[in-house]
Amino acid sequence: MKKKELKIPLIKEGTVIDHITAGNAVKVLHILGIPEKTLDSVVSVVMNVKSKIGKKDIVKVENRELKPEEVNKIALIAPKATINIIRDYEVVKKFKVHLPDEIVGIVRCPNPNCISNAREPIQSRFRVISRDPIRIKCCYCEREPENIADNII
Amino acid sequence: MNLEGKDLVSIRDLSKEEIFLILGKADEMLPFASGEKRTKALDGKILATLFFEPSTRTKMSFETAMHRLGGDVIGFSEPAMTSIKKGETLADTVKIVDSYSDIIVIRHSMEGAARLAAEFADSPVINAGDGAGRHPTQCLLDLFTIMKEKKRIEGLRVALVGDLRYGRTVHSLAYALALLGAELIFVSPESLKMPKEIVNDCRDLGAEPRSFTNLERAIKDVDVIYVTRIQKERFPDPTEYKKVVGSYRIDMDLLRHAKDDVIVMHPLPRVNEIDPEVDRTKHALYFRQAFYGVPVRMALLSLLLGVDVK
Repeated sequence: MKKKELKIPLIKEGTVIDHITAGNAVKVLHILGIPEKTLDSVVSVVMNVKSKIGKKDIVKVENRELKPEEVNKIALIAPKATINIIRDYEVVKKFKVHLPDEIVGIVRCPNPNCISNAREPIQSRFRVISRDPIRIKCCYCEREPENIADNII
Repeated sequence: MNLEGKDLVSIRDLSKEEIFLILGKADEMLPFASGEKRTKALDGKILATLFFEPSTRTKMSFETAMHRLGGDVIGFSEPAMTSIKKGETLADTVKIVDSYSDIIVIRHSMEGAARLAAEFADSPVINAGDGAGRHPTQCLLDLFTIMKEKKRIEGLRVALVGDLRYGRTVHSLAYALALLGAELIFVSPESLKMPKEIVNDCRDLGAEPRSFTNLERAIKDVDVIYVTRIQKERFPDPTEYKKVVGSYRIDMDLLRHAKDDVIVMHPLPRVNEIDPEVDRTKHALYFRQAFYGVPVRMALLSLLLGVDVK
């Protein structure tokens, strides 16, 4: 326990995102729009932590409780992530991310001829057609990106 | 079942029942489409045709359909003459045209353009082809042709031949045929095979498509041969193109290997995929298929506008 504390300090209030697919922590923060310019929460990132199920990344966001609908977006690139809500150093709520049915404005359609890549007043939109393995389909051109992580906006 | 106010962007927007509703209605439209009967059912309604890409057959077929139903048509087929040239977004163009018309038909070079149009228009939007993407009315008229000739689709063996990789009509058609229970045979050169995601979609619908590169072997027991054009620009090597094109040509010799009642279809225009000799045989359905575009589009216009044609 002590060793872990050295790597990343316990937080008093906030959110810990655990079991992020190794290497994807920065992308997770990017999707969540963290750190926010308007808040001065401390954000800690640990990457390539050894765990029972292989390597993983961990993110801790202080003084900010992430809501399930906010965090679910990260299921695209970190499907096994768990969210821990911390109050007064205690985990008061723990839940797994759940991929929503529609992904809006997070993934860019890899098809250069898709209208969602043109100068139009729309956001990219994908429908989730399979959860394991994760497969998404562009609502505009109906193409499936082969590598989702590479196409995060 | 009611299609009033709906959009038709992709054949996937329709259920099996809705497809049969449209095909049944198209059959009722035949005497009006041929001019044998007259109607003013869509009197006072305006169809807007937004053709950002050139098209002769599809555009004229929509216009004929609207005129045969007594409605009016506005639109353009030369975007260079419009505000688009000045940099207007498609969303803005659609919003404006929507306020002028009751129903919109759009063809655009970018995939998904019709879906965007449907989001910004209150009136129904029909996709008349978007880039290499979808062309659902072509698909419906293909299905209608098969139904008229074979009286069924379920259990029929249909060979899709030619450019299965880039051809926009064959992707929608493969999906629809699988949905309606046909047996699928894909015949193409190795480099122009049906994309994996379309094959997967067919499998998800319970079909088990078989793939061939040899045309003669593939068509032995089929009921329908659906031929598409193989485009020269898909081949970096012109000699390779010549070789491939020659081996996917439908002629009388080849048809001797097929069933006596096989029908040959083609979305047209054709270049040399079908020997003109075949035109005079009972197998040739492609010209009637092109005519069927009119009753099918009449059916769609009346159903989406919620007007009964008597």
